[in-house]
Amino acid sequence: MSGMSKIVKTISGIAFPFITIYGLYIIAHGHLTPGGGFQGGAIVASGCAMILVSYGSIWTMNRVREKNLSILESLGAVCFILLALLGLGFGTVFFNNFLVGTNSLFGVVPAVGSGLANINTGGVIPLMNFAVGLKVIVGLFGIVLVMAYASRTKEGKK
Amino acid sequence: MILEGIHIILPILIVVAAAFAVLMKDLIAAAIAVAAMSLLLSLEFYILQAPDVAIAEAGVGACLTTAILVIAIKATKRMEEDA
Repeated sequence: MSGMSKIVKTISGIAFPFITIYGLYIIAHGHLTPGGGFQGGAIVASGCAMILVSYGSIWTMNRVREKNLSILESLGAVCFILLALLGLGFGTVFFNNFLVGTNSLFGVVPAVGSGLANINTGGVIPLMNFAVGLKVIVGLFGIVLVMAYASRTKEGKK
Repeated sequence: MILEGIHIILPILIVVAAAFAVLMKDLIAAAIAVAAMSLLLSLEFYILQAPDVAIAEAGVGACLTTAILVIAIKATKRMEEDA
């Protein structure tokens, strides 16, 4: 699949950083506001799919390898399960929130009734959001990339 | 009062967009109509107090589905043939 016109390429190049930052914001604030790993990951994957459609599959396939995407997606799933198993190791049960109350990374417990949200809370939940976000970004972008690659091989046969 | 008006108008607009998606002969225009229907549906989810579902619907339904449909249409023919 070839790319689109120069106007489409320029506009999507300008819009891509804003879409990515918004999706990463949704992922990082997943324990405070609506959204989380899946929703933010779907937004970032939408930006990547926009770049793929406007620049064409040949340009994208030269820069992104399908095998690397598969490795990154498996890394997200492994991180999620590893965090759950660390709860079994440091605490008592599977998925135990062992970071909360330690005042270290994401470990602050907010005061009861405080109105303002503190991002440094939640224990292990933001880290699991990051793992799910990585898996969803790479997985959804991989689906669109494989679709574009299949359409390119059909074009070559004609 | 305004909210009840929006609750009446939005489902009608969703049905109109879905009808456009079925009736269009130009398949790119039909894909854009599907995207518009999905965006209106996410607005309806937001009004019904489900912002989580609204974000997921706007990301997956309005953008990724449209990208896949545009890729599929570029690999085949753009205009629908008369039956």
